[in-house]
Amino acid sequence: MNIPKLPIADWIDHIVGWLKDNLSPVFTVISKLIGGIVDSFEWVFEQVPALVLILAFAAIALWLARWTVSVFTLIGFLLIWNMGYWDLTMQTLALVLTSALISIILGIPLGIACAGSKRVQSVVTPVLDFMQTMPAFVYLLPAVMFFRLGAVPGVISAVIFAIPPTIRLTNLGIRQVPRDLVEAADAFGSTPMQKLIKLELPLAVPTIMAGINQTIMLSLSMVVIASMIGAQGLGDEVLTAVQRLQIGRGFEAGLAVVILAVVLDRITQSVVNKKGRVGK
Amino acid sequence: MVPIIEVKKLTKVFGHDPKRAIPLIEKKWSKDKILKDTKLTVGVNQATFSIEEGEIFVIMGLSGSGKSTLVRLLNRLIEPTMGQVLVKGQDIVKLGREQLRQVRRKSISMVFQKFALFPHRTVLENAEYGLEIQGIEKKKRQDLAMSALELVGLKGWENSRPDELSGGMQQRVGLARGLANDPDILLMDEAFSALDPLIRKDMQDELLELQSRMKKTIVFITHDLDEALRIGDRIALMKDGSIVQIGTPEEILTNPANEYVERFVEDVDLSKVLTASHVMKRPVSMTPDRGPRVALQFMRENGVSNIYLVDESRRLLGALTAEDASDAVKTGKKIADIIIRDIPTAAPDTLLNDLFDQVSQAKVPVAVVDEQQRLSGVVVRGAVLAALSGHTDVEGSEGT
Repeated sequence: MNIPKLPIADWIDHIVGWLKDNLSPVFTVISKLIGGIVDSFEWVFEQVPALVLILAFAAIALWLARWTVSVFTLIGFLLIWNMGYWDLTMQTLALVLTSALISIILGIPLGIACAGSKRVQSVVTPVLDFMQTMPAFVYLLPAVMFFRLGAVPGVISAVIFAIPPTIRLTNLGIRQVPRDLVEAADAFGSTPMQKLIKLELPLAVPTIMAGINQTIMLSLSMVVIASMIGAQGLGDEVLTAVQRLQIGRGFEAGLAVVILAVVLDRITQSVVNKKGRVGK
Repeated sequence: MVPIIEVKKLTKVFGHDPKRAIPLIEKKWSKDKILKDTKLTVGVNQATFSIEEGEIFVIMGLSGSGKSTLVRLLNRLIEPTMGQVLVKGQDIVKLGREQLRQVRRKSISMVFQKFALFPHRTVLENAEYGLEIQGIEKKKRQDLAMSALELVGLKGWENSRPDELSGGMQQRVGLARGLANDPDILLMDEAFSALDPLIRKDMQDELLELQSRMKKTIVFITHDLDEALRIGDRIALMKDGSIVQIGTPEEILTNPANEYVERFVEDVDLSKVLTASHVMKRPVSMTPDRGPRVALQFMRENGVSNIYLVDESRRLLGALTAEDASDAVKTGKKIADIIIRDIPTAAPDTLLNDLFDQVSQAKVPVAVVDEQQRLSGVVVRGAVLAALSGHTDVEGSEGT
């Protein structure tokens, strides 16, 4: 039996080519926008002296989380500074913050839309599955084709990789609002918007924050990988070290990634818990 | 009087393409048969009734009888499949979204079984929710919400969170939230069922007390017959989505429409429903000027061992026992010497529950007297027990 092979690869190549030829003005605008956000974060981190920034981060940790997190932030960031990776770490942080910001701005409304309609949910869910399971390298390439090498395709692929938890958990958080509360809001004549703002979103905050926490962590892991397409930062350092078989240097850069990850995780997680207490 | 709510053939069928069931319902197919043939569930089956303004209308039934669905059809939290809900002549079923919202905001409020308070809001913010979404300015809505909270006795708690309050207090917040926008109609869905029995009784009393001042129209859902009998002006009994009987508590108890109602009523604690006037017997009485000999004669004729003494306008003076009377005949004493003035009395509307102690301790039967102290009957031990064992057809309550 001879069934001809479906030319899926050809189709995708064709579509990507068509998009590249016809939508390049759109990509230019997106590229400028994202580049602008990354640059502004980097600019701020460059302007402020490292020690002041480290103290500022420790203060934020103290304000949002427990004092132990604050102490860890202080010591960890001092270690990064001492190893000479401060600027690279801040470049990575700028990429992470940009992709997290975009994920939140796009993800929360999408999650709300999913919660509001079964049909939207049934379309979005498989797309999210696709985005999370498709090997990241596969969409690094088209990202490069559309946005050239550098920070922008890195951020784009980080958003693709990291946005699903925010969408899923926003959806979940709203759907988890007890039925009788929704019924009460309806019984008093709330409009759908009033119901969303006065009831559903406030009660969903802890769940949404858990999603944002995951989004930030996934962004970080993707931003490191995105060094392969020219995103600056710690990932680039790790890549170079690996390519040159410099194990010690690779370990140092890797350690900096871990410290950054732990700090980001603990701070966002304590926001979840705090909001959780208020919401209960 | 024009009814404030008129419900006509209101029907809810759950399932895919529910309109299919309508011809079957009209052919009077049973709920089970419709479910078997069409996989459709009849939630409410052609409910028809009307509610007068200022009335407490209780809808009662066991779980699954469709009572909670029915109350939700009234404000369209559940969309009816068929029928009409006329509120002040306006058909709720035909309203557009915005008009329906206005009705829910201004004329129909709801109180929920599990309170359904918003946990992220304070007590005051909960109470003002209905006003807030109408866009009423903050100062005014807080004032209105505060007076609603005062009405239900929660002054001083306005800044607490709902989870800091006991169940009874939480439901007061629910009640205040329902009353804050001054609706004409209050829907109460098993509002007290989640509370423990003593608190529940307090809340029932308070609701009645509030109602005597507010004169709202209340539709009250419950599965508890005692509760229905306590607070309902009229009761509608539901079974399998249909209304089986509508009537005053008295009518339901004494004249059950069918076997189902009868079985339902069987379990009721009659001592909390029946009153002294239900069980009292015609008293044997006379005026004191006739003397002990006549008294003895009367007692013998009527086969009783005591007689009540009343004045010309039937006001109760006291009682005589047969023993004392025959002593007096032998020793020549006067009635004034042997009269027992300290006899137990009760008002006609005293519940049997509250009569037990008196009846069991008194030497003579408890005298039932009206506000003017006029004797209208007596309650003997046997009659109370007979009534409680289900024989409600005790001797008539009319006095001599």
